[in-house]
This record gives sequence, C-alpha cells and structure tokens, in this order.
Amino acid sequence: MTLFRTRIIWLVVLVGLLVLPFFLPNFRVFQLNLMIVYAIAVLGLNILTGYAGQISLGHGAFYAIGAYTAAALMAHAGFSAYATLPVAGVVCFIAGILMGFPALRLGGHYLALATFALAMAVPQLLKYKGIAAYTGGVQGLVLSKPEPPFEFRLFGIALSEDRWLYFVTLAVALPMFWFASNLVKGRMGRAIIAIRDQPIAAGALGVNLAWVKTMTFGLSAAYTGIAGALGAVVIAFVAPDSFHSFVSISLLVGVVVGGLGTIWGALFGAAFIQFVPNIADEISKSAPWAVYGAILIALIYVAPGGVMGALKKLNPGDAK
Amino acid sequence: MDSFLLQVFSGLANGSIYAALGLALVMIYQSTHHINFAQGEMATFATFIAWTLIERGVPYWLAFFITVAIAFVGGLVVQRVFIRPVERAPVLNNVIVFVGLLVIFNAMSGWVFGQTVKAFKSPFPTTSVFLPQYISGHQLGSLGVTLAVLLVVFLFFKYTPIGLAIRAAAQNPDSASLVGIRVSWMLALGWGLASAIGAVAGMMIAPVIFLDPNLMGGILLYGFAAALLGGIDNPWGAVIGGFIVGVLENILGAYVIGTELKLSVALVLIVGKLTLMPHGLFGRKVVTRV
Amino acid sequence: MKLLEVQDLQAWYGTTQALFGLNFSLEKGGITTILGANGAGKTTTLRAICQTVKTQGSVVLLGQSVGGFATDKIVRMGVAHVPDGRGTFTGLTVLENLRLGAYTRRDKDAVAQDIERMFARFPRLKERYNQQAGTLSGGEQQMLAISRALMLRPTLLLLDEPSFGLAPLIVQEIFEIMRNINQVDQVSMLLVEQNATLALELADYAYLLETGKVVLSGTAQEIRSDASVRRTYLGY
Repeated sequence: MTLFRTRIIWLVVLVGLLVLPFFLPNFRVFQLNLMIVYAIAVLGLNILTGYAGQISLGHGAFYAIGAYTAAALMAHAGFSAYATLPVAGVVCFIAGILMGFPALRLGGHYLALATFALAMAVPQLLKYKGIAAYTGGVQGLVLSKPEPPFEFRLFGIALSEDRWLYFVTLAVALPMFWFASNLVKGRMGRAIIAIRDQPIAAGALGVNLAWVKTMTFGLSAAYTGIAGALGAVVIAFVAPDSFHSFVSISLLVGVVVGGLGTIWGALFGAAFIQFVPNIADEISKSAPWAVYGAILIALIYVAPGGVMGALKKLNPGDAK
Repeated sequence: MDSFLLQVFSGLANGSIYAALGLALVMIYQSTHHINFAQGEMATFATFIAWTLIERGVPYWLAFFITVAIAFVGGLVVQRVFIRPVERAPVLNNVIVFVGLLVIFNAMSGWVFGQTVKAFKSPFPTTSVFLPQYISGHQLGSLGVTLAVLLVVFLFFKYTPIGLAIRAAAQNPDSASLVGIRVSWMLALGWGLASAIGAVAGMMIAPVIFLDPNLMGGILLYGFAAALLGGIDNPWGAVIGGFIVGVLENILGAYVIGTELKLSVALVLIVGKLTLMPHGLFGRKVVTRV
Repeated sequence: MKLLEVQDLQAWYGTTQALFGLNFSLEKGGITTILGANGAGKTTTLRAICQTVKTQGSVVLLGQSVGGFATDKIVRMGVAHVPDGRGTFTGLTVLENLRLGAYTRRDKDAVAQDIERMFARFPRLKERYNQQAGTLSGGEQQMLAISRALMLRPTLLLLDEPSFGLAPLIVQEIFEIMRNINQVDQVSMLLVEQNATLALELADYAYLLETGKVVLSGTAQEIRSDASVRRTYLGY
C-alpha cells in the first residue's frame, strides 16, 4: 500500500473518531467512554500478564484505588477531574510496587491467590467505617461530571458532558497506548519479555530481575489506576459494590480475549467486557451470564490467541 | 477462655469446609496442574440437586450419595466437553474457560433452582456427642465427614494404581502415555473426583449458611488459601490449611480486627506467610536440573 | 513374521516434514541401531513408531498396521520407549516410576518379582527407592528409565540416545547392561545413538539416516568397515 493511501486511511479514521460522538445518542457515547477507560485498564494488566508473564487476579484493586483517589480528591479537596489523573497514577504506581515485592517471591498459582485475595478484600476495605469520612462508606461518593469548557455544536448536536468526556478519554488513552507500545519495543520491553520467557537466562545476562519485575508491577498498576480515576469521572459515582472481585476477573478476560501480549488487543478486550454482557442480556433475560460464559468459552476455542491472534492468522503479512 | 475455645472450635468446623474445598482444588491441581476457579459454583449446583432430591422425599444419605455420584459424572463430562479443547493451550486460556464455567454454573443455579434462599437439612443431631458446649452436632458431623473424605482421597492417590496414574499424567503427560496411560481420561477422572468432593463441601456448608446461588462465593477464596497454605500438591496440607484458615478467621474476627475486616487481615497473613515460605507448609519442592 | 516393518514412512511436526519415506525392518531378538547426524530424523523415527507424531505410510508391528493408533494401545502391544531426555517422572519416587512401567500389566506377583530383579540389577536404584526421581544423577536416571521400560516386559525396546550427557564410564556400564538385557531377557531393541562407535559395537544391524531417509544399511560389521561411514561418522 502506498504511503499516500495509508495517509488517507489514517485521515479518514481520525476524522471518523472526531465526529463519531455527534452521531450517537448520549448513553452510547457514555458506553464508548467506559470502553476506552477499560481499554486503558486492560492494557495495564496486559503489560503485567501478557508481557511480563505475571498473573494478576487483583487488578480491580488498582482500578478501585485509582477511582477512589480521584473521587476523594474531587469530593473533599476540590480537585478538578483532570488533576486527579496523575495523582491516581502515582498512588497506584506506589501500590503496584508494594504489591510487586511479594510477587517477587510468589509465582504462578500463589501469585494468583495473593492477587485474588486483594481483589476480594477491596470491597470490604472500602466499606470500612474507619475511613468512611474519605470514602463515603457503603453509600460511596457522588460526583459531578466536568462541564465542557466551551459551547459547541456539530450538525445541530450539542457537545454534552458525555461527548466532552469522550474527547478527554481519547486524549488520555492515545498517549498511554503510544507510550506502552514504545516501551515494549524498547530495552525495558525486551527485558520484561526476557524475564517472562527465560528468567534464569535473563538473570545470567545481567538483567536486574527484581527491579524490572517490581517496576513492571508499578507501571501496570499505574495504568489501571489512571483508568479507574477516569472511570470515576465518566460515571460520576463510586461505591464499594462497584469494585467487587468480578472486575478483576473481567479485566483478565479482556486481556485474553483481546490477545495476550499485544497492545491493541486491549481495545477488543475492552469492547468485549463492555458490550457482550449487554448483548447476552438481549439474548436471554433469565440467564444472561450463562450466555456470556458460553460466548466467552466459544471465543477462546475459536481464537486461542484472542482477537489479535485471529487477526494475525487472517493477515500474516506483518511480523510483529 | 470459654469464648476463646468456642471461637477455636467454630473455626475448626468452618475450617473443615474450607478444607474440603481446598481438597477439591488440590485434586484438580494434582491431575491437571490447573486451579479450577469454577469449583465453588459447580459445588453449589450439586448442592441444589441434593436439595431437590431431599425435597422430593429421598432420604438424606441416599440423596447424599446420589449427588456425589452425579457430581462425579458431571465433573468428568465437563472436562471431556469443555476442558479437553484447551488441554494443550496456554494456562490463561484454561483460566478463561474456568471463568466461563464459573459464570455459567452460577447462572444455571439461579435459573433452574431460583434465587430465593433455601434451607438445607443437616443429617446430624443438633447436639454434639462430644464437647457439646463448644461445638454443634452439625459441626462435629461435617468435621467427621471431611476427615473421612480426606482419608479416602489420600489412600486413593498414594496406594492405588489409578491414583498414581493420575499423578503421573498431570506431571508428565508425554511420559505417561509412554507407559500406557490414557492421559485424557486421567484428567477427566481428576475432575470427576474434585467435583464429588466439592459437592460434599457444599452439602456440609449449606445447612449453616443457607442455600442460594452465591453459596460458595467467598468460600472459594478460603478454599484456595487452604490449598495453597498447605502446599498446592499436598492433600493433607489442604486440610490442615483449611483448619488454620478457619480458626484464624474466627480468632481475628473476634479478638483482633472485628468481623468487618477479618477477611482482609486473614488474607494478608496468608499471603505474607506464603511469601516467606513459597511452597506452603507441606508442599514439596520438585527439583529440576537446569 | 518380522517384529517391525516400516515402509515409505513420512512424519510431520505440525507443518514441518521430518521423515521423507523411510524403509526398514526389524527381526525378533536382535539389536538394531539407527545412526545419523543431528536432525536426521532418528528421534522422529522412534516417535513415529509410537504414534506420538503425525505419520503417513506403513508401520506394521507384529503383523498389525499401527498407523493412527493411540500411543497407549501401541504400548499395550509390547513397545516400551525410553525417550530422549529419559522422560522420568521427576516428581515421583523411584519405586513409583517402576510401578508405572508396569501400569498396563495385570499379573501383580510377577510385577513385584520384576521390581526385585530391577533392584538386583541396579543396586543404586534400590538404595534410593523412596527418593524423588528428580534428585538422582544422570546415570541413575538413565538406569531408572531403562528399568521402567523393562517393567512392561516389552517385546520391543526403543532407546533414544541413552548415552546423552553421561560420563564415559557410566555409558559403558549402561551399554553392558543393554547387551545383557538383549541376551538374557531376549528383548529386541531399536537403538538411536549419536555415539556411533558404541552403537555399532552393541548392535547386530544398522541403518544410517540422512534428512529423513535411509541412505545406508547393513550389518554392524559391514557399516563399521565402510570407509566413508568411518570417516564421516566415526571420525577415523
């Protein structure tokens, strides 16, 4: 394909992305925003599980910490929504590093348990009366969506809060994806993958296993934490019961369905966990989750490498 | 002192349930080297089947053994139909299938048997014959049942040729087929056994916390912790692990941190302990030369 | 009836073809060796006989065509395979490994006797009978692997590079034992070896493989005296 045609296609995609929210009703834009948020969260988990090979069943915890950090800052300290994102990122980076230490000693199933324990503990911790002043206890915290900074209309459709947030989430997501893509191609990325595939050899070659592993945990947590914060802004509400252990499991589902160890798979994974439950609901009112489970299992049989794996098989042209 | 002992014994009784579930997880792990996250939901479904039989007038112990048999066959079928396609696939693909099964079984329980909470009968007398001031009849009974199951499982794996074959198939499927073992069927058997044990766990706990589709939700984690605490490849360890988790949970809840956070603290302690002793209390380190 | 007859055997690992039409046969009672450089297809040949790889062509064992059979079925016909890397159950004890060798047998007393005979033949295994097999030395694991295969009371014993990674003295010991097994227990053997000198000393008949085809065959004596073989594979 010529460079000119590639450029035209990218231009069309870009324009499409920019006008899309104006062709969809508000609640669909809201769903789209959530999908982008999940994509960032799934990407974070993929860095840890797909590239570094460390399984985490507890990333919902970082998502929750990010969300509550943002919510508390907005509700109690008057932060603007945008300012909470870097703070959530830093907080979760630290949390991830703390989690990374026991992760050094634990592998495989033990790590799965430890992270799963974290996931189950989070709702309980969030309900704890001792910190209810900050967390809002069982009721949670209600926030307000940020107003768009200017008035705008396209084809008569107004730039609503949800539509504005669409551009915000895109503006956050795109650099994060770009950064992650460069990371895995660079020295750090190769170190991470080396540790996953041949830890003994990697150590013998001078890779500082402990440092790389811990940093990876931190980075992964930061990504998911920022996603959580963004999610809190998009939904304008946080409550302990929104962060039960199934969030962690959903994120892992997103990683595998999208494609383990890929960057753009996160997008497909996020689409799956955001929209398939709704589709399942349409198919069966009485047992939607059974349909969800069936679709999930069928998908992994048909596409063991996730969506990205299937795409690669259909188009073996690019070697990634 | 009295209330302390009460907490301990109650913890032991709860612990026996965690032990049974942990045992089921170890069972699947020993046969397949995977941890089946759907174990709890499958056990719940089996417990519902037992409830239905008892409601229809089947005597308790007959219903018990019929359910165990159905669970065994069910587990075997699930392995053949759902797990076999991903037998050679990466670990995470298996995890996804487990997640799918978890969700399907949970939904099926609700759909077939309804979401309303049901009372489940206990086959044991209300007062215990032994230390009645600390422990109820049911608690003593389920303790006994769990220990009996453990004994059977231990003897099975250690002393029967099939038990040995299942272990061999899990550890080294290629070599196992070279000695004439049908590896695929060994995996299926492991699943059948695990389901049967899970059903027992479900039937023992349902009288205590009442039966609804979310019976096993939180308990799975404790079962998981029990299995790992004792060393994931060790059935005895899972049982002892279960008791430790049960007692720890109660003691922490009563004396240290209050019932609100006892889950979190118990888990922190378990994770901490595993960090210090990565193979569990009794797990064996398998030496592989590089 | 020949013990094993292979005609036009092809084999694949996934989409990669490794054997391109192999022809050879084994008589009962002898030791045959398959020689060749790395990648010639020696290991694949053994795997093809056990049907652990995809094959096309004819593999006839004791008069029965076994193409497409499940591996465990071929084992039950009396074929014991000691794979490359030994294939020991490292997480199980020495005794458990031996018991597994007899998995398909029903005659419990004879099995117990056989275990005693293995211990008599390999006293080092007896010493370590309750030890985890993974902690044994290389030579001991090889003895264990061979014993495990013998527990089947096989008609045909397939050995894949038994000398691999072992010190010369141990290798000598093991080859002596293999000669003994063949003569006393009357077990036919198909031996894949990189160490051509040792293999030709032990075997009666030899096949030379090159990129998935047989390029030379003859008695061990003939192959040993073939000058070109000596230069290429024996180094002198």
